[in-house]
Amino acid sequence: MKKILNSSIGFLIIALTFASCNNGDSSKSNSALSSNAAEKVYVAPGQHDEFYAFISGGFSGQLSVYGLPSGRLFKVIPVFSQDAEKAYGYNEETSPMLNTSHGFIPWDDSHHPDISQTNGELDGRYIYINANNTPRIAKIDLTTFETTEIIEIPNSAGNHSSSFVTENTEYVVAGTRFSVPIPQKDMSIKDYKGNFKGALSFLKVNPDNGEMSIKFQILMPGFNYDLSHPGRGKSHGWFFFTTYNTEEANSLLEVNASQNDKDFIAAINWKKIEEYVNNGGGTKMPTNYAHNVYSDETHSATSTMIKEVLTINPIDVPGAVFLLPTPKSPHGCDVDPTGEYIVGNGKLSANLTVHSFTKMQDAIANKKFDGDAYGIPILKFEDVLAGSVEQPGLGPLHTEFDGKGNAYTTFFISSEVVKWKLGTWEVIDRKPTYYSVGHLMIPGGNSAKPFGKYVVAMNKITKDRYLPTGPEVTQSAQLYDISGDKMELLLDFPTIGEPHYAAGCPASLIEGNSKKLYKLAENKHPYAAKSDADTKVVRNGKEVHIQMTMIRSHFSPDNIEGIKVGDKVYFHVTNLEQDYDVPHGIAMIGANTSELLIMPGQTETFIWEPKQVGVWPFYCTDFCSALHQEMQGYIRVSPASSNLELSWSLGE
Amino acid sequence: MKKSNIIMLIAALLPLGLFLFPLWKITLEAPQYPTPLGMYIHINDFSDANPFDIKNINLMNHYVGMKYIPDAIPEFKIFPIGIILTTILGLIIAFKGNYKWFLFWFVLMIVLCSAGLYDFYLWEHDYGHELDPKAIMKFTNPDGSVMGFQPPLFGSKDILNFKAHSYPRLGALFLGLGIASAFIAFLIGKKKTIKS
Ligand SMILES: [Cu+2]
Repeated sequence: MKKILNSSIGFLIIALTFASCNNGDSSKSNSALSSNAAEKVYVAPGQHDEFYAFISGGFSGQLSVYGLPSGRLFKVIPVFSQDAEKAYGYNEETSPMLNTSHGFIPWDDSHHPDISQTNGELDGRYIYINANNTPRIAKIDLTTFETTEIIEIPNSAGNHSSSFVTENTEYVVAGTRFSVPIPQKDMSIKDYKGNFKGALSFLKVNPDNGEMSIKFQILMPGFNYDLSHPGRGKSHGWFFFTTYNTEEANSLLEVNASQNDKDFIAAINWKKIEEYVNNGGGTKMPTNYAHNVYSDETHSATSTMIKEVLTINPIDVPGAVFLLPTPKSPHGCDVDPTGEYIVGNGKLSANLTVHSFTKMQDAIANKKFDGDAYGIPILKFEDVLAGSVEQPGLGPLHTEFDGKGNAYTTFFISSEVVKWKLGTWEVIDRKPTYYSVGHLMIPGGNSAKPFGKYVVAMNKITKDRYLPTGPEVTQSAQLYDISGDKMELLLDFPTIGEPHYAAGCPASLIEGNSKKLYKLAENKHPYAAKSDADTKVVRNGKEVHIQMTMIRSHFSPDNIEGIKVGDKVYFHVTNLEQDYDVPHGIAMIGANTSELLIMPGQTETFIWEPKQVGVWPFYCTDFCSALHQEMQGYIRVSPASSNLELSWSLGE
Repeated sequence: MKKSNIIMLIAALLPLGLFLFPLWKITLEAPQYPTPLGMYIHINDFSDANPFDIKNINLMNHYVGMKYIPDAIPEFKIFPIGIILTTILGLIIAFKGNYKWFLFWFVLMIVLCSAGLYDFYLWEHDYGHELDPKAIMKFTNPDGSVMGFQPPLFGSKDILNFKAHSYPRLGALFLGLGIASAFIAFLIGKKKTIKS
């Protein structure tokens, strides 16, 4: 009996050893299996995700829409880059959206989406997102998930500390990363210091339709303005911007901009400046920037050039701008849901620095300044410091909050997310990321009411996490459950472009407002044909305008003759369908733009310039019906010298 | 006014509910329509159950060569006039007539409604069988005859990928209650007359 007991204990020990060995060997890949992670992200067929995540496309210039917790990609919304899939930036209607003072720019680098807010909570009406390279801010209408406005930011360069909204969407900000000569001029780069300026632009938002207009630009000292966040609650009315390169170096910044032990967070009392502006303050400066607006009624965008901008010299508005010393080259600038704490993540600092809004107010009231920079008062570090998280990791970047008094910070160099407690500054938990995490997002992150259920980490590098796809592998997001004390990794999912920041909200906030189609009766496109009776082909010199309709499963007309080599043929095509989810497409052989993808009730236009005589087909590009393959037509192209009259027909 | 005449008065007025509520509804279910397509039939018109349903029913139906559901058919002019005339007649009877007239109005309404239903059946039959000979898709029954797509007069029926439902709505209830009330008025009136 004893023998049996002994041997079974021995067996048990061996089994345990094996088991633990197994666990040890495969802890990374099997970690999901050790829990019910798969169950937590499973969304059964036909079921909807609980959250939308709007993840920026970085160098793709777009914004992609994912479901959480499934990580399923629903849509890529074209914003700053042309998109052949949707004809965005190719068709005549949306091309004006990409107009700038530098001409037509069909690409950008999109970084920080932010959802509109009412009373500090997400209202799910619009998303704003910045273009980093040729400074712009776009508005996406969440009833249609389409870009409906793009405004260019003059005097700005590297529009990075954008596009965060204040707690009632009073303003969207556009802060410049690079300081530049304002106005631009031909001058020596070596004369940067003291001559370049950094423009922080405040764009007033029309509460009725979300439209933006530049209310004022603050011309700040020539630092780099990296990220920003609005105050909220008690700090509503303020905006905070991190700076680096307070050295004002102009070459080899990795060394020359890393000399100061502390840079600054610039605290801007925008309410004070707004009041100053409303009372006639500021200087109007001649400039030139584009304001592009898309209309759901004409289905077309118009681009207007604006010639003037109101600039503010911060020293002209005493008590409006202060500098908070923050170690060292801070990147993220994040405000907690109560508005009390301002986290400045010094990316070269060992500790995380947290400022107190209350202490800042006290210091300002008592005029406890530590000198100034170009006339802007600098507060004393010790006077505004709420506390610091000691050595939480390497290379802190961004912080979000769960609404339960906890903060989550990403560490790029040590590849991890660290959870810590506001007020006590103690580290509670840490989880690795795969790998080199940038931003993170908790749905409702930039608001007074975060939905503290998930955190999405956005990674720069993925190496061995996915099947290799050549030298470039996918970028990736990771989903963590943060509902418990400890974070739990639930899911990896690939992303489009390089995901920078993301905005998230409950699906219930948006889905009820979703537009299913455009009413044909409300189509005000100047070339709409609202029935087959309205279709026609009209010649105007070398321009030919075809007003065509499409419906399951034909175009009208489908035979067109009298087109000549050298003509410029406009296809204005109206989708007569009034059924949800029934777009049609049209593509023309030899057209050097893209197909059109036209929603029910919508009109879109592309230009075709035939270069060869012949009879050329066009067809529907979106599998629309059982007779989709029959949805096609022909255009006869005659020599330039031909006298053939225009004619068109259907069913003859 | 006698009790039976008051009931007859109500009976005469109830069919006017047809001007407020739809008479009938035809619903078409299919997997690709999570919200089924639907069409209300009123005394004087068709209407969409959801925006653009009739347009989309027409688009679906043209594959098999069915006619477009007309914006107006002659019956939509005749039916309202019929209801108004029978209501006026019913009111005259309620004020002037005795129980025998109540029965007359009841029988008249039954006859007229039957004629109306038969007309509706004929329209449905025509709509479902008079197909465009150039129709894109042709289907035959197992016996080789050309398949019809007639919606059911009453009840539910599978038509290709659709399940069609055809049921009365509130307007029909008003009409039916009116007719039934006339019969009750007749019974009460008769009882009273025989007693006295
Ligand atoms: Cu099509």
